[in-house]
Amino acid sequence: MSIKKVYLDNNATTPCDPRVVEAMLPYFFEHPGNAASRSHPFGWEAESAVDIARQQIAKLIGADDKEIIFTSGATEADNLALKGVYEMYSRKGNHIITVTTEHKAVLDTCKVLEKKGAEVTYLEVGADGMIDLKALESAIKPTTILISVMWANNETGVIQPMKEIGNICAKHGILFMSDATQAVGKIPVNPRDTGVHLMAFSAHKMYGPKGVGALYVSRKDPRVKVTAQMDGGGHERGMRSGTLNVPGIVGFGKAAEIAQAEMEQEAVRLSNLRDRLENGLKSSMEEVYINGNIDHRMPHVTNMSFKHVEGEGLMMTFNQNIALSSGSACTSASLEPSYVLVALGLGDDLAHSSLRFSLGRFTTEEEVDFAIEAIRNGVNHMRDLSPIWEMYKDGIDLSTVVWSAH
Amino acid sequence: MAYSEKVLDHFKHPKNVGTLDKNDLTVGTGLVGAPECGDVMRLQIKVNPSTNTIEDAKFKTFGCGSAIASSSLATEWLKGKSLSDAMKIDNMDIVEELALPPVKIHCSVLAEDAIKSAIKDYQSKNGLS
Repeated sequence: MSIKKVYLDNNATTPCDPRVVEAMLPYFFEHPGNAASRSHPFGWEAESAVDIARQQIAKLIGADDKEIIFTSGATEADNLALKGVYEMYSRKGNHIITVTTEHKAVLDTCKVLEKKGAEVTYLEVGADGMIDLKALESAIKPTTILISVMWANNETGVIQPMKEIGNICAKHGILFMSDATQAVGKIPVNPRDTGVHLMAFSAHKMYGPKGVGALYVSRKDPRVKVTAQMDGGGHERGMRSGTLNVPGIVGFGKAAEIAQAEMEQEAVRLSNLRDRLENGLKSSMEEVYINGNIDHRMPHVTNMSFKHVEGEGLMMTFNQNIALSSGSACTSASLEPSYVLVALGLGDDLAHSSLRFSLGRFTTEEEVDFAIEAIRNGVNHMRDLSPIWEMYKDGIDLSTVVWSAH
Repeated sequence: MAYSEKVLDHFKHPKNVGTLDKNDLTVGTGLVGAPECGDVMRLQIKVNPSTNTIEDAKFKTFGCGSAIASSSLATEWLKGKSLSDAMKIDNMDIVEELALPPVKIHCSVLAEDAIKSAIKDYQSKNGLS
């Protein structure tokens, strides 16, 4: 039997679609120009390739191509949006509202802004991972300049009520920013219709290459400006200097085009596979829980807790064959349980027992079945070894046990 | 992070998994750690009262691969040891044997605590401490 390797960590990164790779290849050698070289055909070819990609990406999100600012990825786009808005609009106020379950690229940037004088409110989420719109509205102050809410969560796949948040922002005249890295290319995302003014996203989460992303910046009603965080040649309408990554941008464009064409059918296929995975695991084992709202979530993501089993140990039972994460990939080297799951109010024990499955374009039904079998075996192995599983089966109330915390 | 071969072997084929009767006077039980910390070890020893040696040892652990390997190794080392020699097992011996990385040293500390706690339980049950 050949050893299988199944990739179920598509929220960490997606494989670059071969059609994307093919589109990129000519821009390494045959068309090597700098898109900013205006004086010769090499530059013109590069510029024209970038223009096409910009249109493909703008079309995917219903934007004008001038509203796309290329960056090195979503982290840079988040930084540019938050720091750029704070600097540009600081005379209007210093208050920013965001959410405890945001990606670190948003949370850590807000922490930096706090040191520079910003006041930041970190909204809590409910047990289902959704924000409370009333709490959001009541957190607004006269000094609030920006509300930043991620479109879909990377760990749970939970989708926030973006349109409702957009309405609240419009009512109060506050800029609305979103890290939409996990949503763009997978579900319909249209910042203009939703009332989002700045939106960060990345190519490598939608079957494009790593190292290229974008910030959508609204150009009308309102026309938003951000202070550049990278100074130099004044590329990208002065908002982000630096030679454009032409092959990367071409790949990003192609990835956007493919995503748009295939999104609808892919979402159906993936949610069926995701349900198959969840049902396969839940029907054959006790004490298995799904974390986060199951009605408002991405089609390809599920976050599950296997009670009385520790996630990192569980992963070790199958990680030679199956790739997925316990918590998020960015923190998987740390021993802390996922802060996102803790924010949902999960006890540390359930948070420690969680796995994030993120399926993708290249995931097959056969792979899902293989994963169900391997994970079931792993959970059973770990439960046979677990003293707290034994206590639970003996009917001991674990909350009455005096633990020696260390 | 990459685990050593020895950790992987103990993890895949743990030694002495199981449960001894905690009400048996010759059995000492150590339960250390907490679910919210991500590690709970239960280590049990069965002592021959006439020789003061450990005749059997069993464990169950909730935790990562290193925690499971540390407790599996501890039970192997405990079998046949006198109680006084068992008290001398140091967490750094476990670190060395399993080549644990710095972030996993707490697993070996927990195993040492579990050994000492099991011995103390045996002693206090028998009025020896």
